[in-house]
Amino acid sequence: MPEAAAKDRWDPGVQSYAGMGYWNPDYEPKDTDVLAVYRVKPQEGVDPVEASAAVAGESSTATWTVVWTDRLTAHDLYQAKCYRVDEVPGRPGEYFAYVAYDMDLFEEGSITNLTSSIIGNVFGFKPLTALRLEDMRIPVAYVKTFHGPPHGIVMEREYLNKYGRPLLGATVKPKLGLSARNYGRVIYEACRGGLDFTKDDENINSQPFMRWRDRYLFGMEGVNKAMAETGEIKGHYFNVTAATLEEMYERADFAKELGSVVVMMDLTVGYTAMQSMSNWARRNGVLLHLHRAGHATYTRQKTHGVSFRVLAKWCRLIGVDHMHAGTVVGKLEGDPATTRGYYDTLRDDHIPTNLGNGIFFDQHWASIPGVMPVASGGIHAGQMHQLLDLFGDDAVLQFGGGTIGHPLGIAAGAEANRVALETVVKARNEGRDLLREGPDILRKTAESCKPLEVALETWGDVTFDYTSTDAPDTVATPTA
Amino acid sequence: MRLRHGTFAYLPDLTDDEIAAQVKYALERDWPVSIEYTDDPHPRNVYWEMWALPMFDLDEPDGVLTEINDCRSTFPRHYIRVLAYDASRGRQTTALQFLVHRPPNEPGFLLTRTEGSDRRQSYGLSSYATTVATGDRYGQE
Repeated sequence: MPEAAAKDRWDPGVQSYAGMGYWNPDYEPKDTDVLAVYRVKPQEGVDPVEASAAVAGESSTATWTVVWTDRLTAHDLYQAKCYRVDEVPGRPGEYFAYVAYDMDLFEEGSITNLTSSIIGNVFGFKPLTALRLEDMRIPVAYVKTFHGPPHGIVMEREYLNKYGRPLLGATVKPKLGLSARNYGRVIYEACRGGLDFTKDDENINSQPFMRWRDRYLFGMEGVNKAMAETGEIKGHYFNVTAATLEEMYERADFAKELGSVVVMMDLTVGYTAMQSMSNWARRNGVLLHLHRAGHATYTRQKTHGVSFRVLAKWCRLIGVDHMHAGTVVGKLEGDPATTRGYYDTLRDDHIPTNLGNGIFFDQHWASIPGVMPVASGGIHAGQMHQLLDLFGDDAVLQFGGGTIGHPLGIAAGAEANRVALETVVKARNEGRDLLREGPDILRKTAESCKPLEVALETWGDVTFDYTSTDAPDTVATPTA
Repeated sequence: MRLRHGTFAYLPDLTDDEIAAQVKYALERDWPVSIEYTDDPHPRNVYWEMWALPMFDLDEPDGVLTEINDCRSTFPRHYIRVLAYDASRGRQTTALQFLVHRPPNEPGFLLTRTEGSDRRQSYGLSSYATTVATGDRYGQE
């Protein structure tokens, strides 16, 4: 900054954020900086660089006016620096603003604290019409202040003694209204038929029609009977989500005492409660499943909110073993390239920049375990080859309606999914081309497997072919 | 009952050609392959007996098939599985695990329930086969 400007910098009153040092195109981010890229949509007439500098300012040290008390601090270090602003290709009036934050701005091991800065006040800032946090680079030094997933993909497989294929699950349906006794029946039938897991839905907590303790007791009866009939380990994700963390601990302790290998919680409990449950899961050797309930209120629209890839990074640091991450082919939002980016973010140790998948930064996880992504929502056995091709082995494929709605019964629905899955895994390993031959491979197997034949007849043609609302705009994509 | 163990637990037993194809898949990925056998099929029995050491540096599945057949003739009334191991950083775990042999009869598992307080049950799982000493299970050789 020139000398005169440096002096004016401290004049009382309102100054431009850019002039106060929140815009610094010469800044070279340090390896230890937290980096963020925002999609900024300034109000008409607001300079994009000034708007981007304001985002850096409002998410770090700035307030609306100059304060002399800044001069009591190492303010050059604490103020975030916007160091690059690019136009968003094909989206007039929108800009990608890159901002660097010194690591000292954030408490060690606290996503709650990180988010209070990064998505704290700034999203309501008047000079912007909209703002979206597109991606973040978490520096290794900050990654190392977290424990990450309580078990992770590898330990989960060793715990369950299941390798070489995706895991299979189903959410019990109807999601609300079943009594505990009937609920346990669904768990039993689905697990004995061939699923690895069944799952509470996000909104099953402890309602008048089924209290949590009754559900856990009947559920574990179903899980254990299914284990005895098959000789393999089964689990039901008991949702421990409750109004207070104390109550969540009570429910989780009870599930553990009954021998459940897994519990679940909803994103709605908040980052602090999630991390406390993560510590509980690590301490007690119970897998922890996260349902991303509520995320689409802020992840779906590309102009405003937080991208799911950022939420995925936060959740990997907070520490969950499973996290819902989209299906592409199912009933819920999901562009293929963007979803690929989410899966890489959850599973891999190093994710290189890949703008086509929405990945803006290299991310190193420094051996923090991977999170098992969960594909759930409107998928069925007839899509098995596509699902395996999209997601590979380290994923949980969850077929709720596609298991429980099977005309021959729940166990038959489960068997159809399991046989379909193993068939396509076997074929892939034999070198077959799944996308081209998949439907034939499934039909051939169905000739000697009645449940699969009926599943293909019932759902074989069902697709949810809608345009995605959230696709990376960094390069042209067919669904943009 | 039919024991559901391994990657292809719900498919018909693999033929030797199908086994060779899976072994080939493993070898192409530099996953060493090993063979293990047991007469205790409890799902938490991690440590099946090792049939020699894992086979490193193989190019073709023929050698594995020979070993499988030797193991089958030695233990015709045991479960035998093939494992492929991924030693890469961040994995260091089994990559694939599937049965290549079963005993002629599979009696299944006993589920025991022990009453606790407040409607709690403690569940236990044991194979009917393991009520007799190892070596004498699944009938006479």
